[in-house]
Amino acid sequence: MSRHTLSVLVEDKPGVLTRVAGLFARRAFNIHSLAVGPTELPGISRITVVVDADGELLEQVTRQLNKLINVIKIVELAPENSVQRDHIMVKVRADASTRLQVTQAANLFRATIVDVSTESVVIESTGARDKIHALLDVLEPFGVREIVRAGTLALGRGPKSMSDRALRH
Amino acid sequence: MSKDQPISPAVMAHRRAENTSASLVGAETDQHPVATAVVGAEGPEEMSGSRAIIRSLEQLGVTDVFGLPGGAILPTYDPLMDAEKINHILVRHEQGAGHAAEGYALASGRTGVCIVTSGPGATNLVTALADANMDSIPMVAITGQVSSAFIGTDAFQEADIVGMTMPITKHSYLVTDPQDIPRVLAEAFHLASTGRPGPVLVDVSKDAQVSTMTFTWPPQLDLPGYRPVTRGHSKQIKEAARLIAAAERPVLYTGGGAMRADAAAELLELAELTGAPVVTTLTARGVFPDSHELNLGMPGMHGTVPAVYAMQQADLLVTLGARFDDRVTGQLDTFAPNAKVIHADIDPAEISKNRTADVPIVGDLKTVIPDLTDAVRQEFENGEKPDLGTWWSTLSTLRDTYPLGYTRTDDGLGSPQHVIERISALTGPEAVYVSGVGQHQMWSAQFVDYERPRQC
Repeated sequence: MSRHTLSVLVEDKPGVLTRVAGLFARRAFNIHSLAVGPTELPGISRITVVVDADGELLEQVTRQLNKLINVIKIVELAPENSVQRDHIMVKVRADASTRLQVTQAANLFRATIVDVSTESVVIESTGARDKIHALLDVLEPFGVREIVRAGTLALGRGPKSMSDRALRH
Repeated sequence: MSKDQPISPAVMAHRRAENTSASLVGAETDQHPVATAVVGAEGPEEMSGSRAIIRSLEQLGVTDVFGLPGGAILPTYDPLMDAEKINHILVRHEQGAGHAAEGYALASGRTGVCIVTSGPGATNLVTALADANMDSIPMVAITGQVSSAFIGTDAFQEADIVGMTMPITKHSYLVTDPQDIPRVLAEAFHLASTGRPGPVLVDVSKDAQVSTMTFTWPPQLDLPGYRPVTRGHSKQIKEAARLIAAAERPVLYTGGGAMRADAAAELLELAELTGAPVVTTLTARGVFPDSHELNLGMPGMHGTVPAVYAMQQADLLVTLGARFDDRVTGQLDTFAPNAKVIHADIDPAEISKNRTADVPIVGDLKTVIPDLTDAVRQEFENGEKPDLGTWWSTLSTLRDTYPLGYTRTDDGLGSPQHVIERISALTGPEAVYVSGVGQHQMWSAQFVDYERPRQC
């Protein structure tokens, strides 16, 4: 199965996330990651959902999503013409003896250290999925205490906006 | 409250004709008129949310509602009692109200309405809503809800009916601000009756029913994500016509969508032009007369031999508002193995869901079928009309060899099939049939002769 990123414009109404998530569960579609937030338009939210699905199934996912009354528009963002970013915060064990190594590793990945204590640091990083995985591999030997990670965010390249035409009808 | 008005198909059809003259403000202009009609502009006027519910229903042309009162909906029953234009039919269980609203919608073509209370009243509607959803029946269910301050506290007779019914409704609303009532009800009727019809649930909290609002009509619909396609793509229709003109063993595979689109006359014209055999699925029984020589009967697991054979041997399935249900297809990968598929449906998600379509057409069958008929006529005029003689001689032989039947009893007692057959013969096409689900339903599909739409 291949991985696809869908951008879904929805009305910011109560229960809209339940409707979208419920549809995936009900129709046995697999969600890999999900991110929701407001957009430049008041009352309109954007859901970025990464799904594991093949051609026919992806088509079916999109059509079923489109049937939800609160869903306004769906666009598939192909990796080659979109920017896709993951965001992560990792709490890593780091005392006086290892702190320098951990800091160096973070720097190599252009990640930022956002909290330091005597026994740990919190590292924040934004990047493509592969880079985040590589960072985690490097941090692993120091002892990862906690990870928090947001769903992939994606935006099409170039001047076009998916919400431009979505609300004109 | 009940005004003892007779409910018969004739009365309903008459009422329907009265109500299809105007379409809702904000509705797509290219849609054929919906049963929800604007009677006239009104307001502004101060009133309770409950009164606004009843006033909105009146404005939407509702004349009959099925319901059972209870605590959380009681405020709405007061203005309902006073309502001149609305006839309330009291049921003994909420599931009955739901199924009655479905039956009303099927027999009349109008949106069925039921009104019940919160908690157990609402949960008793679940089967009817699921049924209406599967059968694409236009229906609006209004449920009472506990006051908004109590929502989420597991209050007395509280149930999250909107959450529970999300998978089995076309859409649903929770109304806690009485000011939203006219818009929400207008949207609910619009959603229920247009596009692929279905049930819409409107849950109204008790405080929204009792507090005051300013009523105006018509409201502005706000449905930016709802744009059902109504006209079929002309290129696809042309391509479909080309396939029909070239087919040697075509079958018109007709489903409930043709019934919902009110496209019986249009279907008849297409069938008679092409001379192709017609099969009608369970939800399409009656959309094409059983007595018509082109009708092979119902396909699928409980279908007739010629209908099943025709589909299996077809080189073209002209699928009109059907969805390749497992009761029709059986094992999908061995179903109609040599057939190309034209699939016309108003719901894009049905196309290529179970069987890949060679020619997909998204649109309302009310316009798609006549467009297709015109295109086929053009093809026939330009080229040669295909000779279906060989196809029909096989099918006719099958029809004569394997008529519908059942084993007669030899103990002197009657059989249920015989009873159903006799009811059909004695009542004729005026009758409307209601069945449950199961063996008697299949017998009813097989041994009743359906001659007109909305008969079952």
